[in-house]
Amino acid sequence: MVEHGINATNAVVTMDAALPGIIWGWMITLNMWAKSIGTGVVLISAFLLYRHKKESMPSIRWIMPLISFVALNVFLLFTLVDLHQPLRMVNIFFHPHWTSAITVGAWMASLFTGLITLLLAIGLLDAYPDCARHNEIAKTVRANSELYEKFYPFVVFLAIPVTLYTAVIMAESSARELWQAPTELMQMLLAAFMAGSAALVMVSDKWSQEVRKDLALVLAMAVFFSFVMYMGEYFFSFKSAEAEVTLEYVHSGGEYNVQFWMAMVLGFIAPFFLAVSTMKSDNKTILRFAAILALIGLYLAKDVWLKIPQMLPLS
Amino acid sequence: MKLGFLVDLNLCMGCKGCEVACKVENEVPLSSWRLRVKYIDIGTFPDSSRNFTPLRCNHCENAPCERICPVSALHYLENGIVNVDSARCIGCAGCMMACPYGAIYMDPETNTADKCTYCAHRIESGMMPACVVACPVEANIFGDIEDDSSYISRYIMEHQGGVQVRKPEKHTNPKHFYVGGGNQTLNPLAHQRIEGYGLFNNITHLKHVGDPHHGILDRFLAPFAAHKAVDNKSFMDFEQKKADSHDKSHENEGGH
Ligand code: SF4
Ligand code: SF4
Ligand code: SF4
Repeated sequence: MVEHGINATNAVVTMDAALPGIIWGWMITLNMWAKSIGTGVVLISAFLLYRHKKESMPSIRWIMPLISFVALNVFLLFTLVDLHQPLRMVNIFFHPHWTSAITVGAWMASLFTGLITLLLAIGLLDAYPDCARHNEIAKTVRANSELYEKFYPFVVFLAIPVTLYTAVIMAESSARELWQAPTELMQMLLAAFMAGSAALVMVSDKWSQEVRKDLALVLAMAVFFSFVMYMGEYFFSFKSAEAEVTLEYVHSGGEYNVQFWMAMVLGFIAPFFLAVSTMKSDNKTILRFAAILALIGLYLAKDVWLKIPQMLPLS
Repeated sequence: MKLGFLVDLNLCMGCKGCEVACKVENEVPLSSWRLRVKYIDIGTFPDSSRNFTPLRCNHCENAPCERICPVSALHYLENGIVNVDSARCIGCAGCMMACPYGAIYMDPETNTADKCTYCAHRIESGMMPACVVACPVEANIFGDIEDDSSYISRYIMEHQGGVQVRKPEKHTNPKHFYVGGGNQTLNPLAHQRIEGYGLFNNITHLKHVGDPHHGILDRFLAPFAAHKAVDNKSFMDFEQKKADSHDKSHENEGGH
């Protein structure tokens, strides 16, 4: 009889409502992943421009805002689509509640996307002077092209809180103890470094070898530190009873064990060695492969971390 | 005035009268619950006991759901109730991530968050919450916890030392108390959910959250397009369903 296998002090639920299960699903994973790219390329390009001459990265002035613009729009789209009342999104602007990181984040991300759009317009129109020559708007944008350099430092500065606010939303999610850790802040930042460097690697074909070396270094460092932090969470899971039970989903035998380790190997361990190996050889194909793996692994890791705390019964 | 609840688990007999009264009073849709009574079996047969725990929103004094709501759809009332304005809710589910007690659900009919409001509409007109009225053994005690002479305050004082709240470590300051509870009944991690042990099977997780009948695009179109109403009444409309299926079979089978 099964019941004899149960310790006398153990308790078993014999009637209850179904658990809600995963509420924030793949759309929120995609949202976080795309935001990491959108802000990461801005942060990494600032680092590259600080270290190298513009001439060694000929297209960066427009390709950086282009990648960021596409990623941020994916992020905004899935934020909207995941709402159960998407048209009421305007309430965040008309009835903002400032204690909520969702509100603060939505305002900052909207401003950030607006500024990136401006940088993209200026960058593209300057790079292609024959494009829309007689268009009045294009003329005005070109006439004010110095705004790019004026706004750029502010955009870089803004990219930091836009990267980090999701960690604050997670910290405000009091029901999910796994997310309520200071490590989340660092993981968000490292995810941006990972995704930003990986995305820029994909377009760095014509850039100088020194720039690619820096990109490989940033990618390797970001995946290394992020991996170490995941391992810390994985093995030191005794910080709270809830976090410990949550981590059972990724520990051996857990439902998300395979996805977690696939993410770690594909997205962190493999790209580290691949990226380090290209720093001397400048093998563009291997570096690009490392970047693709890092992007896939990052998605898988974020997905696991998002879903596992939602599987727990809360009451 | 701070309204609070107390459930004496020694009195509760798991009749689910409160649960049903809540469903009816607040028209809570199928698959959703504002108040549920959980059955937990403790011990090994034949030395086992069945325990009943009514679970609802705690109306926390320091409510994480209120803090995370981006549009103040969740807000405090002066009497301490944490209320929800479904007309303002954007359905972000942030509150469902924040409430440590899983007290909030996404209403599949309105696609907005909802939860126990201590029957704020009844309180307004001087009535007791529906669950309090329905309880045959007066296990649900409701009143002003700031008034020392109220029944609930006196009850708490009489049971000094035996009064508990759920998850006090979350610093939410719940205004919902239990007498006669223990770790095994109040801590969701202290009891197991084993498939096959329940009175019903395959109920561990819901397959959907929010509106199961419409896709994502419908959420955008909903204000403009009229959808066929799906509510508790339509589920109960057996006659109409029979007629529908009858019609269909006619179409399928070429009018036989
Ligand atoms: S129990 Fe949950 S829903 Fe109720 S007030 Fe507290 S945090 Fe909010
Ligand atoms: S789902 Fe509604 S009530 Fe809950 S946090 Fe979002 S807007 Fe507020
Ligand atoms: S109505 Fe009273 S006795 Fe019945 S389940 Fe609810 S609290 Fe318990």
